[in-house]
Amino acid sequence: MTAGVIRTQRPSARQRAVGERARKSLGRRRAVNGVMLGVLATAAVITVLPLLFILGHLVTKGATSLDLAFFTHMPTPVGEAGGGMANAIVGTLIIIGLAMLFGLPVGVGAGLYLAENRGAWLANSVRFLSDVLNGLPSIVMGIFAWQFLVRPMGHFSALSGGVALGVMMIPMIARTTEEMVRTVPTSLREAALALGYARWRTGLTIVLRTASAGIVTGVLVSLARVAGETAPLLFTAFGNQFWSTSVTQPIAALPLQIFNYAISPYDDWHRLAWAGALVLIALILVISIVARVATRARFDMGSGD
Amino acid sequence: MSPTVLTADPGAGTVVRIHGRHIGDRIYRGAITFFAVCVPLLVALVAWEIAVAGWPTFRHFGLSFLTSSDWDPVKDRFGAAPAIYGTLVSSAIALVIATPLAVGVSVFLSEFAPRWMRQPVGFLVDLLAAIPSVVYGLWGIFVLLPLLRDPVMPFLRDTLELGSTPFFTGPAYGPSMLAAGLILAIMVLPYIASVSREVLLAVPRAQREAALALGATRWEAIWRAVLPYAKSGIVGGIILGLGRALGETMAVTMLIGNRQEISASLLAPGYTMASLIANEFSEASSDAHLSALMAVGFTLLIITIVVNAIARWLVWRVGGGAASKAL
Repeated sequence: MTAGVIRTQRPSARQRAVGERARKSLGRRRAVNGVMLGVLATAAVITVLPLLFILGHLVTKGATSLDLAFFTHMPTPVGEAGGGMANAIVGTLIIIGLAMLFGLPVGVGAGLYLAENRGAWLANSVRFLSDVLNGLPSIVMGIFAWQFLVRPMGHFSALSGGVALGVMMIPMIARTTEEMVRTVPTSLREAALALGYARWRTGLTIVLRTASAGIVTGVLVSLARVAGETAPLLFTAFGNQFWSTSVTQPIAALPLQIFNYAISPYDDWHRLAWAGALVLIALILVISIVARVATRARFDMGSGD
Repeated sequence: MSPTVLTADPGAGTVVRIHGRHIGDRIYRGAITFFAVCVPLLVALVAWEIAVAGWPTFRHFGLSFLTSSDWDPVKDRFGAAPAIYGTLVSSAIALVIATPLAVGVSVFLSEFAPRWMRQPVGFLVDLLAAIPSVVYGLWGIFVLLPLLRDPVMPFLRDTLELGSTPFFTGPAYGPSMLAAGLILAIMVLPYIASVSREVLLAVPRAQREAALALGATRWEAIWRAVLPYAKSGIVGGIILGLGRALGETMAVTMLIGNRQEISASLLAPGYTMASLIANEFSEASSDAHLSALMAVGFTLLIITIVVNAIARWLVWRVGGGAASKAL
């Protein structure tokens, strides 16, 4: 079309045919554009649908089976109505606490090292292997913890479950710590050093403290991720029908209880499984939302995340 | 530390502080180096413990452990072929379903969607990753399986006449390779989508503007200029999703039907490596059985490490550090 504007002579028949074809093909190209836009939008809708379905079922089925007894009572034997998962809720909190105990220092320490030694061969290999650790299937972590702790100890324990989940948290915490520490301005670090702060004090009280909100977020996100893990607990925490808070004994956990109840043939247990799933999701969502709010409040990053 | 410095400095307090600072720095460096070294040590420990426990099986059965489909704990005969087959097939189904959707949603969000829509929809997609595996399994048992059993499977087999191919034959029980593949598709979708989105955001603006300036429609700009640039990163995201699908345990265990058999039909139950371990580990009584399950775990470990390494390399090639954040 633009070629025609420059020419002073009338376009030949051949040129007119070319122009005609271009106009027609433009129409077709625009149609393709519109169709593809529709296809992509449909993909987005189909992607979000399962989430809405799952959340919808969780809320309708879970909420109707959820009552105060769920939080305060122990599981009842088959055939006895009612009962709750008080021990599993407490058990999950204990296991997560243990996981933090192992995962937090190693994760934050490794993250600090990675941020302060960029480019060193050890840092590069630690970063790579941390990614490898992150990609390991959770069931593998479960059999590792069994072989490493349960077998020598001779019995299942909350401790071994905590170790399995703690190991899974390490790479996630290390990565966020490294990223957050890197966002701390060099000038801040230099100012502290110039004032006579030792490197270790600069690292802990200036750098780590400035990055703390981001690190807290990372820790919470990793907590939310391991809180729902079932596979690593199957052969470590194992589950327990009774009240137990001892770290050296088998302990109940919400995901384990949901699994056992879901595959059982009893309607009453199915009902409890839905209620348990709703509580678990609520727990995870609360942790994630706190994490988001924590980031917003300190960094005010606006759109980019 | 050198004595000349100390004598040159008149203040005694300073000497103490220099001294103390040195020790503190050493401890600090030592501590964070120790924690950093913990990570490789842990990876090695995990691999070592499982390898040692699985070694008797590998030594006794050799390669036939991977190729035989004879799994009989009572007679101490172990072949993991059905589980390996099931792992690969269920993951393949998941990728075939999830990839177009995930890439579609991330292209839509990064190129077409109005600004106000991007964050909420992106958040919803990310939320899929936050749902625990066991909850997917629960939903699968009580919602997805009945749905498959009644309208979907008979529809695929009889109405669409896919039953004439070997892939959709046999009775529609519900628990099946297809069910496992479907739930895995939903589960890996957010991983592929988030990597694709990061990779697409890493494509330079100039790439799009150049295509548009040449008269391309927006779709043509995406198809000819943006996607080719982002291709290897997106492939990396897909392979990362594969890594997740291979190791996924709970939801698959609850939906795949757990049968040690290789069947071409997707309507038939199967087994995966992860669900084999999850099902039999706590009931394994003989050492040989335990060792065989450990050997399955080791095989799974090696496969996922290789798959993840490939994925990371591909993503890293496109976006460098920026895009690999999403992994």
